[in-house]
Amino acid sequence: MATQAPTAGPPERHLAGSRSRRSRETAIGRFFLAAALVSIAITAFIVLTVAEQAVEFLLAIDPGQLVADGWFPRRGMFDIATLVIGTLVVTVIAMVIAGPIGLLSAIYLAEYASPRVRGVVKPVLEVLAGIPSVVLGFFALTFINPTIIQALVPGAKGFNFAAAAVAVGVLTIPLIASVSEDAMRAVPAPLREASYGLGARRVTTATRVVVPAAISGIVAAMVLGISRAIGETMVVAIAAGASGGSLRSLDPFEPGQTMTAAMASLATGSDQVVGDNAAFQSLFFVGLLLFAMTLLLNVIGDTFVRRVRQSY
Amino acid sequence: MTIPSVTSVAVQRSLARQGRDWPGLVFALLLLGAMLLTLVILVILIVDQLTRGLPVFQERGVDFLTSGLSSDPAKAGVAQGIVGSLVIGLLVAILCFPLGILTAVYLEEYAGDNWITRFISINIRNLAGVPSIVYGLLGLTVFVALFGILGFPNNGRNILAGALTLTALILPIVIITSAEALRSVPLSLREGGYGAGATRWQVVRQLVLPAARPGILTGTILALARALGETAPLLLAGAVLGTFSTSGSVQDVLTGPYTVLPMTVYDWSRRPQDEFRELTSAAIIVLLVLTLFFNALAIFLRNRYQKQW
Repeated sequence: MATQAPTAGPPERHLAGSRSRRSRETAIGRFFLAAALVSIAITAFIVLTVAEQAVEFLLAIDPGQLVADGWFPRRGMFDIATLVIGTLVVTVIAMVIAGPIGLLSAIYLAEYASPRVRGVVKPVLEVLAGIPSVVLGFFALTFINPTIIQALVPGAKGFNFAAAAVAVGVLTIPLIASVSEDAMRAVPAPLREASYGLGARRVTTATRVVVPAAISGIVAAMVLGISRAIGETMVVAIAAGASGGSLRSLDPFEPGQTMTAAMASLATGSDQVVGDNAAFQSLFFVGLLLFAMTLLLNVIGDTFVRRVRQSY
Repeated sequence: MTIPSVTSVAVQRSLARQGRDWPGLVFALLLLGAMLLTLVILVILIVDQLTRGLPVFQERGVDFLTSGLSSDPAKAGVAQGIVGSLVIGLLVAILCFPLGILTAVYLEEYAGDNWITRFISINIRNLAGVPSIVYGLLGLTVFVALFGILGFPNNGRNILAGALTLTALILPIVIITSAEALRSVPLSLREGGYGAGATRWQVVRQLVLPAARPGILTGTILALARALGETAPLLLAGAVLGTFSTSGSVQDVLTGPYTVLPMTVYDWSRRPQDEFRELTSAAIIVLLVLTLFFNALAIFLRNRYQKQW
């Protein structure tokens, strides 16, 4: 009888009208499907082209070259650990900054701000999210480093990881804030009302009721933030300085390279980059590793996001 | 009668306490501080660029906007970057919007809930998180190589290859935001259409798409703003670092060497001369005006047409 259909489908077949009308509908549906398949083609192309060249790279070099004192592709030193360590240093510092600030901003927007304040602050965050990363890279080099990093650590170099990482953190704040805020706004109002009804104060409600209820969304925000920080290229390429290569080092006040910055450097080593040499192909090896790392993080983040949607 | 939970213990404690809620006040100030810190960073960033870059405009005026790239800081300008960014923005819009919106319509309105649909949407969500420089590898090995094989000048390193690369980059974002806009159109609107005897295509074209238009527009404009600010993928997809000259003909713009504003910013930021520092900030001001215009447009459209169903 009058059970409600879960989705709105077309009416019964015999109501669908003439044959030409039906075949036109089918053709339109197929056309749309073809457009959707383009996304699959792009993924396939990325994976295939990158993987093929990465394998060629691994076959062309001596496995011993993957462990060295540093990453100097034009000298045959492909110490991938240098780049992974560089990426970790930048990501950890960036998350130490962006994690707390992003989360606290999200709590403020979701639980404390009046609609009027929110109406002003939210677009400002979106503007920050829209600033191109080259701009933040230059800002890190010419402002964050001399006025903050070198003032705190007098020995810091003109190009260093710390300044780049602070700027990467600034870039990541809007993402973490907006995903966490969405998660907290999805917490049903009755939960808050029950808390207030029991006499809890605002701080108690926010930290003991809303944040725990939204925890999987907040974790997802952090995971996506990490993925964003790992993939950020231009800030590190401009502000961390090392081009051509870098020595393996954990010191955040020295210049260095992340995986992305090494790729940018190989690309700007300009015209000779296109060729069949190992230095060029190492670009694809690093790219494949980067792709695999961010893919893993995105799948984890996505799983957490979907858990939020199901819970209430 | 006690409920042994963290919440009830906390509640009892706060009920028993007298006077002002100091921890609550400190927490509220902490939240406000975090929020203000973000705003302060944004203000400092913009003021810093303006103080460095505005003297260039005062000195050179329109000349800075109409001059080409040059290794002489007194003559260098952003004309080629502006042309490149506008052309690439137009090409990306032409390539990406139809494809992205068609895909979103397929996923939301046509596809059944089967493994193909799920596979496609998981793919798209993952593509949205791939670092932009990885798309540069795609641009280099697929698009630049393709134009090279087809015999285009400059080994296929042209603005078309760059535009295709950026299209691949923002396509997932356009699809995801458009799909969300379509999903927010209430089911009753579609049911009304079917009830009146419309076919699926008629319902989509005449009812669903017009209702979802503001949301789709906002998402696509934001994605375009993102494409205009991207540098990393174009480093690989053939944009020029350094100087080049163009005749300015349409054919030359499409198949010759090209650059975009963010590339100019990157190039100048790496030069050692102090004059180029000022020029970098001036170029950043032009870039920010361009990208923030699109961002503001998107936010304005969303607030203007936001509809509660």
